[in-house]
Amino acid sequence: MALSVREAPSLAQRGHVRLDAAIAGSATVAGPFEAQGPLGPYFDRTLRDDLGGEKSYERAERQLLQGAVELLLDRTGLHASDVDLLLGGDLLDQITTTNFAARDLGLPLLGVYSACATTSESLLLAGLAVSAGAARWAVAATASHHRAAERQYRYPLELGVQRVPTAQWTATGGAAFLVGGDGPVRMVAGTIGRVQDYGLKDPNNMGAAMAPAAADTILRHLKARGQTSRDYDLILTGDLARAGSPLLEELLREAREFPGHRLQDAGILLYDPKQDVHAGGSGAVCSALVFGSLFLPQLQRGEIRRALLVATGSLHSPRSYQQGETIPTIAHALELEACQ
Amino acid sequence: MEPKRYRQRVGALEQPRPVARNALWAFVIGGLVCLVGQAVQSGLLAVGYTDETAKAPTAIIMVFLGSLATALGLYDRLAKVGGMGANLPITGFANAVVAPAMEFKQEGAIMGTGARIFQVAGPVIAFGLLAAFAVGIVRYALMGVWP
Repeated sequence: MALSVREAPSLAQRGHVRLDAAIAGSATVAGPFEAQGPLGPYFDRTLRDDLGGEKSYERAERQLLQGAVELLLDRTGLHASDVDLLLGGDLLDQITTTNFAARDLGLPLLGVYSACATTSESLLLAGLAVSAGAARWAVAATASHHRAAERQYRYPLELGVQRVPTAQWTATGGAAFLVGGDGPVRMVAGTIGRVQDYGLKDPNNMGAAMAPAAADTILRHLKARGQTSRDYDLILTGDLARAGSPLLEELLREAREFPGHRLQDAGILLYDPKQDVHAGGSGAVCSALVFGSLFLPQLQRGEIRRALLVATGSLHSPRSYQQGETIPTIAHALELEACQ
Repeated sequence: MEPKRYRQRVGALEQPRPVARNALWAFVIGGLVCLVGQAVQSGLLAVGYTDETAKAPTAIIMVFLGSLATALGLYDRLAKVGGMGANLPITGFANAVVAPAMEFKQEGAIMGTGARIFQVAGPVIAFGLLAAFAVGIVRYALMGVWP
């Protein structure tokens, strides 16, 4: 039996996903160290200490995600029963943070994992669900916790370790976005990332490993949409930080794209260099904290008209690294427009 | 850009580690740890220990101090500055054992602390034993089983 062929070009032929959904609101909860950074005044809520009253850092991370979703519902005046879908993910094994938080929230859940690209993946999927009419309101949420991530990916917290200049600091925080309705900030298109691997192996330089994924996704998005980087007021990468951002610029330059000041990185913006986070921030929540607290309000106020959110993720595990594998990376892009 | 050329660019752009500064701080912090060790040993000698009998209690006291500093959350800060100067002395070994012991307490006494206490120091113990075994064989080969 032959498959029916529809007239409309497929996703791959078009090169991008067309979306029509609004981001109706956001909520950000930041850790105490993040609150000391330059974006401190913009977060909706901050934790007083790393544990946030919980008995483990894993439980604190769960509380960050759950707290962000609850705050979002509070601010937008929605009830949990109004939400058709929760999309979210985190960095801990089996995305326990998201799964356990969803248990207590009682929302229909689709768990997502693409490491630090989870923000744009879950927003993109929420946009798809709403655009397709499968959901009226969808929530995209993510969280990460510096100390929980250190425990899983690196060394015991009290172990004396000297970090290298290219190392990044996993951000502590939770963020949630409400997708649906007809607000002024609209998702108009997205590009789903391809896993890239340029053969880098150093988990202490994830920015360099992720830059090719960001370049591939950005260039494919621009091409598919018939745009150049100059059509944007902002291209926000997730966490390439100071090691990866210059490499992305080089890769874009090679393709004759010169975004200049339009190209910003959440990992660089989240912390002050004096905070000694080496190359900058990282973590699933890094791009979400910066986007939700700083740039989404700018889009809502119409101060920036078009933005591309490109969260980037390193898809290795401590085990794959120990077995000598290279670091595969991914980036998903989401094009946002301010419609006044 | 080809992956191979990209990797070369990554290497070229990578910020170099501040080796000279790190070495200087390792010297300072390592020297301070040794100074404390010397003070402990001199103290023991002053209260009647001999050169031979002071060795073990000095090591025990230094391990205690390293563990205490780890428990108080100070040793990781010392090592952040001092690097190998803090890791190499016996206080650093204490840190490498106590840090995971504290860390995995949340996963329970048996499968947490008990199972993972040597997560960091394990290789040192394993290969230390292996090296001692090899040296022992050489010694017996040269000097006989009953010297």
